[in-house]
Amino acid sequence: MELFINLTINGLATGMLIFLLAAGLTLIFGLMSVLNFAHGGLFAWGSYAGVWLYLLTNSFIAGIIGAIFIGILLGFITEKWIIQPVYGNHVQQILITLGFMIVLSELLKVIWGPNQIAVTPPAYLTGSWEIGNILIIKYRAFIIVVGLLMYGLIYYMLKHTKIGLIVRAGVINKEMVQSLGINIKRIFLYVFMAGAAMAALSGMLIAPYAGVIHGNMGMEYAILAFIVVVIGGMGNITGSILAATLVGIIGSFMAYYVPELSLAVNMLIMAVVLLFRPQGLFALKG
Amino acid sequence: MNSLLSLKNVETYIDQYHILQDVSFEVPAGEVTVLLGRNGAGKTTTLRTIMGLNPPKKGEVAFKGAIMNGLPPHDIANRGIGYVPEDQGIFGALTVEENMKVAMKKESDDVMERMEWILNLFPDLKTFWKKPGGLLSGGQKQMLSIARAYVNETELLLIDEPSKGLAPIVVEKVMHSIQEMKQKTTIILVEQNFLMASQIGDYFYIIDDGRTVFNGRMQLLREDESLRRKYLGIA
Ligand SMILES: Nc1ncnc2c1ncn2[C@@H]1O[C@H](COP(=O)(O)OP(=O)(O)O)[C@@H](O)[C@H]1O
Ligand SMILES: [Mg+2]
Repeated sequence: MELFINLTINGLATGMLIFLLAAGLTLIFGLMSVLNFAHGGLFAWGSYAGVWLYLLTNSFIAGIIGAIFIGILLGFITEKWIIQPVYGNHVQQILITLGFMIVLSELLKVIWGPNQIAVTPPAYLTGSWEIGNILIIKYRAFIIVVGLLMYGLIYYMLKHTKIGLIVRAGVINKEMVQSLGINIKRIFLYVFMAGAAMAALSGMLIAPYAGVIHGNMGMEYAILAFIVVVIGGMGNITGSILAATLVGIIGSFMAYYVPELSLAVNMLIMAVVLLFRPQGLFALKG
Repeated sequence: MNSLLSLKNVETYIDQYHILQDVSFEVPAGEVTVLLGRNGAGKTTTLRTIMGLNPPKKGEVAFKGAIMNGLPPHDIANRGIGYVPEDQGIFGALTVEENMKVAMKKESDDVMERMEWILNLFPDLKTFWKKPGGLLSGGQKQMLSIARAYVNETELLLIDEPSKGLAPIVVEKVMHSIQEMKQKTTIILVEQNFLMASQIGDYFYIIDDGRTVFNGRMQLLREDESLRRKYLGIA
């Protein structure tokens, strides 16, 4: 029983980190029809820049703020110079964002060296609470709380603000949104920057959780995030958090019982979803 | 020149296809100008060219005397042009209220007054205010699309085949409301239903194979059956 709960909590924490990565990806795809393979690079940059600042200042909060800042900045640059020239062309998007992803990863190694960097949580998030027989690791609980808070924030923004309304309308019909006098390019930029900030936040949060960061971490998690976007339905935030939870928990149990099949099972779920419900497991329409 | 909108020798390509080859017309303020022509003649493309959705490659599109070639669609909309596309472009998952709110630039007195006026014209929209747009009937979607295009400081409405796919009695209703809107704004109406077009329209242009080939006051077409047969294939 304790094992079951521990694996579940572990899976939830991983799920939240994947969700933060997938949230931007799914909105960017849903709204802009852009396949952004550079997303994992933004995640890795958030991780490195945040950890660097964390180790430098000894303040975890500073690390988080730094990661979000670098995410917004890189999001701005990526959207303006990498994505904008290739709107509407999926082949070019895949090539240029994959290329940019590699550039981002290599730059990390140039700046911070090729070796792994070890990271631990700050003192106040180290250790665990004991509830009965169950050990709840503080840092995992922290990740789950942050993930849920971010979901709540995105949900609120989408449902109750004008820009959220425009994003929802844009996911349905971009041309109509423009024809009603809205500069959709500016909305694209904001959404992209927000998505990049969440990816960078995810990268920062994952560092003390995984214990080490390395230059290729982006690709690893980006694959999981893509799986989540497909399972959850493109453009669907609630679908994303549900799918991310599913992928996280499956990953956690598989890693314990049959580690070599962990990624394969998630791939399999995605394939089955694509075959039978290509609009996503949690899509409302269709 | 006192026309609100004018197109001069406009040519538009979609990908490599030369769709509009020579379209010219004038839209006087306060009138309903009807674009007629067979299926595939280029009527929808003409409206999309005005909106900047399929920008013109040659020629000139001018609104209130200012040339609009190359402007993005949102700039064109914000100059006072409202678009009601052929498929109505309703945001199906959004409520009627939200559909209106996407369009509303600000909540100025003028916009609120327009909102009130248009909701009185289309009381159904008030009834279904909190319902998803996707659940409306065909006629109600048409009304929502028109209301949404009108609510800002719109001076020119582009309406693409509003009678398409509607039952005759609903067509009657939609046409009646467009007649009402005539008091408030200038309209370009694309319409296959000649009877309806001839009741509302003041002036017509016929588009054939991407060219404006004929024009005149609506009355002319009402009276001349051979013209109708020649250009529209109807009697
Ligand atoms: N996206 C497109 N790609 C290629 N051809 C198109 C496209 N859209 C319209 N066309 C062609 O342009 C012509 C004019 O279409 P359209 O403006 O929709 O005509 P209408 O509204 O008068 O029926 C048609 O021959 C149509 O096949
Ligand atoms: Mg048409």
